[in-house]
Amino acid sequence: MLRFIVRRLLQLVPILLGLSVLLFAWLRALPGGPAQAALGERATPEAIARYNELFGLDQPIWVQYLRFLGRAVQLDFGTSARTGRAVTTEFLERMPGTVELTVFAMVFAVGVGIPLGYLAARKHGSWLDSTAVVGSLLGVAIPVFFLAYLLRLLFAVELGWLPGSGRQEVRIDATHITNFYVLDGLLTREWDAAWDAFLHLVLPGIALGTIPLAIIVRITRASVLDVVNEDYVRTANAKGLAADTVRRRHVVRNALLPVSTTIGLQTGLLLSGAVLTETVFAFGGVGSAIYDAIFARDFAILQGFILMLAVVYVLVNLLVDISYGLLDPRVRVR
Amino acid sequence: MSIEAMPPEDAVRGDVPVLEVEELSVTFARRGEQPTRAVDGVSFSVAAGETVGLVGESGCGKSVTSLAVMGLLPRRGVQVGGSVRLGGTELIGAPDRTLRRLRGSEMAMVFQDPLSSLNPTVSIGTQVTEVLVEHRDMGKKEAVAEAAALLDRVGIPDPTRRLKEYPHQLSGGMRQRALIAMALACSPRLLIADEPTTALDVTIQAQILELLRELVVDSGTALVMITHDLGVVAGLCDRVHVMYAGKIIETADRHDLFARPRQPYTGGLLASVPRLDAGRGVPLTPIRGSARDAIPWAEGCAFAPRCDNAQDDCLTEVAGSTVPLEYDGPGRELRCRHPLTYPAAPAGATASGAGR
Repeated sequence: MLRFIVRRLLQLVPILLGLSVLLFAWLRALPGGPAQAALGERATPEAIARYNELFGLDQPIWVQYLRFLGRAVQLDFGTSARTGRAVTTEFLERMPGTVELTVFAMVFAVGVGIPLGYLAARKHGSWLDSTAVVGSLLGVAIPVFFLAYLLRLLFAVELGWLPGSGRQEVRIDATHITNFYVLDGLLTREWDAAWDAFLHLVLPGIALGTIPLAIIVRITRASVLDVVNEDYVRTANAKGLAADTVRRRHVVRNALLPVSTTIGLQTGLLLSGAVLTETVFAFGGVGSAIYDAIFARDFAILQGFILMLAVVYVLVNLLVDISYGLLDPRVRVR
Repeated sequence: MSIEAMPPEDAVRGDVPVLEVEELSVTFARRGEQPTRAVDGVSFSVAAGETVGLVGESGCGKSVTSLAVMGLLPRRGVQVGGSVRLGGTELIGAPDRTLRRLRGSEMAMVFQDPLSSLNPTVSIGTQVTEVLVEHRDMGKKEAVAEAAALLDRVGIPDPTRRLKEYPHQLSGGMRQRALIAMALACSPRLLIADEPTTALDVTIQAQILELLRELVVDSGTALVMITHDLGVVAGLCDRVHVMYAGKIIETADRHDLFARPRQPYTGGLLASVPRLDAGRGVPLTPIRGSARDAIPWAEGCAFAPRCDNAQDDCLTEVAGSTVPLEYDGPGRELRCRHPLTYPAAPAGATASGAGR
């Protein structure tokens, strides 16, 4: 088990090296540099040269890369050209927001998706089944930014039921310890702050969770339909087990195997930043940070955030692989 | 109806059959498709301690018969007719709860492919104990001890360790033994074995058959053996029903059947068994065509298109008057207009000789 984890973590090294090279090359290929973005279109060449010198951008690219690498191994990704703050600080402030949003979205997707998919399979061919199939197709097909925009327009702007932007109302003077706003509210017993932060998760969380929800419904349904025809379910019935025991022990557990794969992949995807949704809801997570950084040509933020997200993604998948073993003894790692 | 309504134990032993199947028919009807009659008026009975074989090629309806007896056919798109009585209790049309109570306790089944018939994500222990917990009201601890005893009884070494393992960690023969242990957990009166040795290699096959034979002898279980393997029939069955296209076409005691098959189909089955003493280069003698060549029973004898003995009246049956299953000497029944014949006192007639 430990060897498995260590091996997987070592695999991170080549992944991160390759990714950093690609990032470096890609960012330098972008038209217009950070100087242009910071100083405006009418900046004099002298001003641009001074800016570049200040930030070391006048050096050859390989020197820049090695310098970056040397600092990165100490978790120093430089300072943001836009805000002047350390990239790591920015990340630690923004990532918790994205994590909270992802957790909300996945709890929504899993909590609704698995029961719905299971019911659709049990009532195979019924109106519920057809509705679930068509609805989930719609869920996969609808562009997430469009859905986010619709939800915001309807529930935040028109009806005013839920907040439509930000992570917390500014007027609430909340104390922040971990930057997980809901958690902070609970820790400091500022219940209204926690509740307010939670309400801010609802609309973006639903928008973000819709695609995973649709995928989970479809996979659960197909998987249950598959498993009920398995020989071992027939064996379970031949043993005269109560219908409920057959479902719980012999159908659901096996049907969830492919679903767990999907949950893992989707969680990883959401954690690595929901750029569009976060932008629509002006949600201060890593997604909107990356969006802003691209426009500002904020190389430090982009390099640091994307590399750290890659680490997060690999770690999430590692967790998923380990958790497979809990469900399926055949792939249990020793 | 309930278990209490069944006749007392002694009445079941002896001549009163454990299982009586009468005019069983199974029709698969899918919307927009021609209904298929997989089992067509099948009748047989099995007494305690008796082993009855249902023999035939793939698709002849033998597995469907067993699933119908167990009530394991899907409800949707399947019509089951006729009567199946287990110790006097009618099973066809019985409520699901009654069937679930009888399955696993009074009647049990061993399936063909031991790997796919075991749940890959549940330990062997749980798969054995769940039967005991369900039907014998055992506590967890008690059930585990009993499960170990059961595995030991079916010849699995180191049963306590095996209980904690998962199906993929067991060998094929071991898995089939585990399945048999599950089937025997409540000492059922009827055990149906659906080609239990097909997925196993030959030496393991022999062991599994020997195990089944011992169990029948020891506990007086009525055993229905479903197979296409005549070697299994020869080694195990008291009575044999040969099935073709959903109907029983010949019934006989094992010895009579092997010595003097009457239905040309039975003769063909026996003749197509490879023989070690046949000499090199002697070709096998298969039955012509395949089971797909069967014609509907309403139009004549379903086997006629493949039959060497077939004559005009086999194929030109008037609709509605199917070839009947008739008395054919003591303990024998036959569905054939032109059976194989033997000279008086056919001493030394071999099965293969007769079939040619």
